[in-house]
Amino acid sequence: MIDKLHDEKLKELELKANKIRQLIIETLVEAKSGHSAGPLGMADIFTAFYFHILNHDPKNPNWEDRDRLILSNGHICPVRYATMALAGYFPIEELKTLRKLNSRLQGHPHRTSLPGVETTSGPLGEGISQAIGMTLAAKLDKKNYYVYCLTSDGEHDEGNTWEAVMFAAKNKLNNLIQIIDRNYIQIDGRTENIMPLDPLKEKYESFNWNTIGIDGNDIKSFVNAIESAKLVIDKPTIIIANTIPGKGVSFMENDYHWHGKPPNKEEAEKALDELRTLQGKIESEHE
Amino acid sequence: MLNPDLKLNPKLFDQDVEVKSTRAGYGEGLLALGEKNPNVVALSADLTESTYAHLFAEKFPDRFFQCGVAEQNMAAIAAGLGISGKIPFMSSYATFSPGKNWETIRTTIIYNNSNVKIAGHHAGIMTGPDGATHQATEDIAIVRSWPNIKIIVPCDSTEGKKATVSASEIDGPVYLRFTRDKTPIMTTPQTPFEIGKIQTFWISDAPVATIFATGYMLHYALLAAKELKQQEIKVSVANVSTIKPLDKKAIITFAKNTKAFVTVEDHQVMGGLGGAIAEFLAKNIPTPMEFIGLQNTFAESGKPTELIEKYGMGKESIKEAVKRVICRKTI
Repeated sequence: MIDKLHDEKLKELELKANKIRQLIIETLVEAKSGHSAGPLGMADIFTAFYFHILNHDPKNPNWEDRDRLILSNGHICPVRYATMALAGYFPIEELKTLRKLNSRLQGHPHRTSLPGVETTSGPLGEGISQAIGMTLAAKLDKKNYYVYCLTSDGEHDEGNTWEAVMFAAKNKLNNLIQIIDRNYIQIDGRTENIMPLDPLKEKYESFNWNTIGIDGNDIKSFVNAIESAKLVIDKPTIIIANTIPGKGVSFMENDYHWHGKPPNKEEAEKALDELRTLQGKIESEHE
Repeated sequence: MLNPDLKLNPKLFDQDVEVKSTRAGYGEGLLALGEKNPNVVALSADLTESTYAHLFAEKFPDRFFQCGVAEQNMAAIAAGLGISGKIPFMSSYATFSPGKNWETIRTTIIYNNSNVKIAGHHAGIMTGPDGATHQATEDIAIVRSWPNIKIIVPCDSTEGKKATVSASEIDGPVYLRFTRDKTPIMTTPQTPFEIGKIQTFWISDAPVATIFATGYMLHYALLAAKELKQQEIKVSVANVSTIKPLDKKAIITFAKNTKAFVTVEDHQVMGGLGGAIAEFLAKNIPTPMEFIGLQNTFAESGKPTELIEKYGMGKESIKEAVKRVICRKTI
């Protein structure tokens, strides 16, 4: 069961998401390569997972009853790393090693390099399948953990994604909850120009999935969606999270050019200024 | 003569030698494992019976996962099971798995270090009438280039069962290669089997060349050795059931003793058994070699025995290769 989300907790989570965004910018400018838009867009959902939803223990990352959080679109790993650091999996200082020699923070996540990273990912379309494997193992071992799988809309171009979607519905994997980052961008442009995915909700419904649509930058509605997904017993659920790519940094928001590049020093300063202003706003709003 | 220490099938040179497919050995091994180890699970991509996974599926339906014609999905599901404490065996035809799903296996099983056993069936031109689309003749090459994998090619059905059972005892990815057609039984249940060990099936006093064979082709190599003996050409014949990691110590010994090698495999001559041995020799102890296998071409439909002859991989071709390589020896 997830604890009730009181206003005070919500404010704490919003501030954490803001802090994670700042860490993402600081990490990317140091790494000099990597993706900006996706990680910023998903900061609210990662915050909700690590600080409210997941049954986990940062000091015991291999605890066998933990919930599994699978990141299929591995390229947004800066948000996962920043959130894990803030949650206590490893020192925040280590974020500066992202993409550098001898780092545990590989450019795309590598399971055996960093405890707490559940799978190796980056090549797209492989996350739901791996999440299914973990779900099947849970059922065989009569364990109650949930397997959450984060995917991107771009990776729904991959045939493997749909192979997995069919398998999960066939096997009624209700302990599998997929969250798609529906931000409508991919490397080459707008998703609906590159390879149209809409009507997405209807697609999933026809594939026998339970579907929930939410604003992916609204922590409260995301937590509610997870709670409602857990009530379904005969289907896997997909939460279609409409997020704003680059969320929190005005000049990155909704611009696909920021999908696959990091900010330079000046851009990072500007972004951090905006995020700190936002931080002040959150602090005063709830008072 | 046949190596008496290995307790080989005494009838292996007979016309009526018992024949059975190596894939049947996979099925029997998997079934035995199902009974022995509750963590063993199996996956198939709509080829359950022809990969002999049906024996397991019928007995242990809760531990069998039918994936449909979706090899990428099968591989990544197996990966998820493997990192969650299960020992998944996934089977399909080798052209599709590890062929079609090569990158999925690379990322989610090999680099991810998931404890998955990949069974590639219908390997080689032995697949016969189905034609070149279904004859996997590059699978060893594409799998061998991965770090963190072991490759086992059993020589007969009996060894196929042992290899399957042994693979479950290794913590990490293993590739097992099986063939479709019935081939001679050369070993017995008493024949020792160990992953990573080359075994000398045919021994001679003062051999002048070594024939390294993998899979059912070992039988052609033994037939060749027997006939060469009648022509006063003495050779050793070694069964290389583990292609990765190579038994380097054994290869060095053979290189010093015989100074000439012939490799025999139902696979492209590029990147398979011959390639693996050549890479090792070039650095350590350069030795003249001849390569029996598919010579940089696709094969076609036909009876396996007809294909073996047409593509120069049979007993006579092996004998000729031995004679050629002996001539190339430097004194």
